[in-house]
Amino acid sequence: MKTIKKSRTRLEKAHISLRVNGESVEVAFAPHKTLLEVLREDMGLTGTKHGCELGECGCCAVLVDGQPVLSCLALGLAMEGREVTTVEGMADGTSLHPLQQTFAELGAAQCGYCTPGFLLTAKVLLEKDAKPSRQEIKEALSGNICRCTGYIKIYEAVELAAARMRGEQAEPAEETIYGRQ
Amino acid sequence: MKPRFVGQPIKRKEDPRLVTGASAYVDDIVLPGMLHMAVARSIHAHARIKSIDTSRASKLPGVRAVVTGEEIAANCGQLPAAGDIKNMKRPVHHPLAVGKVRFVGEPIAAVLATDAYVARDAAELIQIDYEELPAVTNPEKAVQQGSPILHEEFSDNVAYSFGWENGNTEDGFSKADTVVKQRFINQRLAPVSMEPRGVIAAIRMPENELVVWSSTQVPHLLKTQLGLMLGIPENRMRVIAPEVGGGFGSKLNVYAEEALVGYLAKKVGQPVKWIESRRENMAGTIHGRDQINDVELALKKDGTILAMKLKVIADIGAYYQLLTAIIPTLTGLLAPGAYRVPALKFDLVAAFTNKMATDAYRGAGRPEATYLIERIIDIAARKLGMDPVDIRRKNFPKPAEFPFQTSGGVFYDSANYEKALDRALEVADYKGLRKKQAELRKQGKYMGIGFSSYVEICAMGPSIAMASGGWESGTVRIEPTGTVTVSTGASPHGQGQETSFAQIAADELGIDMENVTVLHGDTARTPYGIGTFGSRATAVGGTAMYLALQDLKEKMKKFAAHMLETTPGNIEFEVGKLVMTGTARSVSFMDVVTSAYVAKKLPPGVEPGLEATRFFEPSNFTFPFGTHICVVEIDEETGEPKVVKYVAVDDCGNVINPLLVEGQVHGGIVQGISQALYEEVVYDENGQLLSGTLMDYAVPRAHDFPMFELERTVTPSPVNPMGIKGAGEAGTIGSTPSVVNAVVDALAPLGVTHIDMPLRPEKIWKILKLGRAS
Repeated sequence: MKTIKKSRTRLEKAHISLRVNGESVEVAFAPHKTLLEVLREDMGLTGTKHGCELGECGCCAVLVDGQPVLSCLALGLAMEGREVTTVEGMADGTSLHPLQQTFAELGAAQCGYCTPGFLLTAKVLLEKDAKPSRQEIKEALSGNICRCTGYIKIYEAVELAAARMRGEQAEPAEETIYGRQ
Repeated sequence: MKPRFVGQPIKRKEDPRLVTGASAYVDDIVLPGMLHMAVARSIHAHARIKSIDTSRASKLPGVRAVVTGEEIAANCGQLPAAGDIKNMKRPVHHPLAVGKVRFVGEPIAAVLATDAYVARDAAELIQIDYEELPAVTNPEKAVQQGSPILHEEFSDNVAYSFGWENGNTEDGFSKADTVVKQRFINQRLAPVSMEPRGVIAAIRMPENELVVWSSTQVPHLLKTQLGLMLGIPENRMRVIAPEVGGGFGSKLNVYAEEALVGYLAKKVGQPVKWIESRRENMAGTIHGRDQINDVELALKKDGTILAMKLKVIADIGAYYQLLTAIIPTLTGLLAPGAYRVPALKFDLVAAFTNKMATDAYRGAGRPEATYLIERIIDIAARKLGMDPVDIRRKNFPKPAEFPFQTSGGVFYDSANYEKALDRALEVADYKGLRKKQAELRKQGKYMGIGFSSYVEICAMGPSIAMASGGWESGTVRIEPTGTVTVSTGASPHGQGQETSFAQIAADELGIDMENVTVLHGDTARTPYGIGTFGSRATAVGGTAMYLALQDLKEKMKKFAAHMLETTPGNIEFEVGKLVMTGTARSVSFMDVVTSAYVAKKLPPGVEPGLEATRFFEPSNFTFPFGTHICVVEIDEETGEPKVVKYVAVDDCGNVINPLLVEGQVHGGIVQGISQALYEEVVYDENGQLLSGTLMDYAVPRAHDFPMFELERTVTPSPVNPMGIKGAGEAGTIGSTPSVVNAVVDALAPLGVTHIDMPLRPEKIWKILKLGRAS
């Protein structure tokens, strides 16, 4: 019993500096915590969701130095000096990222729980490839599970956002919303 | 007034908060002084608990309480289970096991600590001494003599047996030219909402009430049942379903953890939170399906169905959860499907096994029915040498025959099955597909076309058929400044009723949608209701709101008539105003609202204020329907079946928002296809769960599917004034058999007549290797 008590009392908080959603921050947290736990519990950024905490579902995806990372598998301690982007940092001030807009326009979110992970993963895809094919979109998003939408409106939302980010005057096609008419 | 919003693909009001991460699910809520609960669970499928040593856990710094079965049994009621089936055995079901455990993952002890990490560590320090007992996981073995008995207060593992006969089945079989028989396994599935379950409970002052935040589909039922379990008067209970991250039926329940969190919050006087891990979710949240269906169908040689016999063995797991007992009985109601089946004999045996309970999972008893009828009719067609389309068409009741009484014992409300089938054939280019199939077969390739002309039982439902009542409630309040607050007893969790209900209210009142707010999921802010499940929220809950809107409109007409010095019958609603019919005279919506609240010139006999609550009791279920066509191609090297084309023509009655309906259909189809091809909860024969993570349980991913081609026919339901049938489960119910029918069709040249789900490549590969079904 005593050893347990001792080891717990010895546990000191870790203290790191990093950039989160474009701002420099310092945060102290129990050193065993994952990035997911630090974001949610120590920084109040609850937009990042826990779905499995085993790296299997993609709900907790965030960007670390611009790359998608499963925050449930990354240690908070490893984030010293890194640049972390969460769903709270996607919008530019009050104007939503094109992906956020198209997800809303097409109904690509239903319960919304997987949505932050999809948005961030898709954001990186579109930064790397302005015109991904449907197959490339599917592959890029295949680490994220959505149980509500059947994925179709998600692909369409990514395609529509990509078109708009290329400067095209794209609107959701009638058949995208209605099916074939 | 022409609708401006109803029928339009309006963007969801829910989305701004969801795409920015601003919304609050249970785990996002933090209360001052909040403690965290963790649960120690059984590692054995069947064992006696010889002793539990909590001393090490209790001594861990930060631990505030450790509770075990005896304390909970003495202070908390048992878990509720609906169903009044004759001879139903009702085992004792405490929130924490007492004396014995009966499935892997069964809660044994709960720990309360200052943070979730300490709580989990402490739960692992609880030492449980077990005496292992033999387990039984096969439902047919479970009901045999000599099987290990789960609940020793009973002589066997038969939870209940149930059955009925409509029409003269023996007569039908005696007149048959041909009889087809098949056993179908409808495998166990896991609902896997992306948000696992979660509960917070706190005693709040000054009301001294227990407030519970739960990721639930049924906050009102939970309030009632938790109050009873915890001995808290219902008027000091409040349940809030905040943002809920999907449910699919799995959150239509009252779970042990909800009671434990409530009990502990009351005991220690501090808020308590429990968040389910994914492993707990796979083992300890209800499963779905798990039936064995032995089907016999008697037909004339022209394909006319004469009678059907259906024997169901339902593997319900170790205990009843809320609707465990009821779900398999629904299979009989829908077994005739979209066909005239003059006689049906239905026999059901439910077996206790050492597994998690089954309960409502999207479709709930009805996908099993649709699967067995849609499969057996294909088998019959093949035996009779008929096209699967022709045999379906032959047995459809005609539109003029509705309401149509079936041998399942229900009255189908309205339908035109042939129209949906014809449209699907046209969209899919059926003739072209068969031609292509013939060409591919010549090349030695395997391509198959599968049909499912399904019907489903939705908008649950008339109270007589529902354990807790089947009505729904709605309150509409027009506020003094003219904005409108709608409160519904339904509890959406991703379906989008904040949007669709606002569309209806805005159109009825001639106002903008921005001026309508829809509240749900909080028992203190909404009238008592039933909840969201069984494709009911809009068809039943939306109708309650619609009726309340009509009451308010009648009242507003009285005010307007008084102001315009005419009679209410001469007043009609237009956008922003109430007009005197056939004249240019009108009063603005706002002026009428003001006059109702300032109440200086009340019409005679009219009360001030603009608020109405209605409870809608549906006279029947609704019966959405449609035809799905699935085309698969099979990779000869690997046996992998690939869905290459999918056409769905669904009829869910009148549509409020096609954007939302499409989303429901897409998601449903994917879940249904996924049952056919991928998903299966697997326990080994010792009752160990082998599919305990998302690496082992195959939830479909983004790259698994083609584009779906969706169309609709519209046959309004006469059951409610808006003609809505409901859309939440159609995709799931309709899709599964079309996929299996397609794969069997692809392999038909090898003599294959049936393969059980999931149709994993290895099964098909073996068939391809061996040349035919083994």
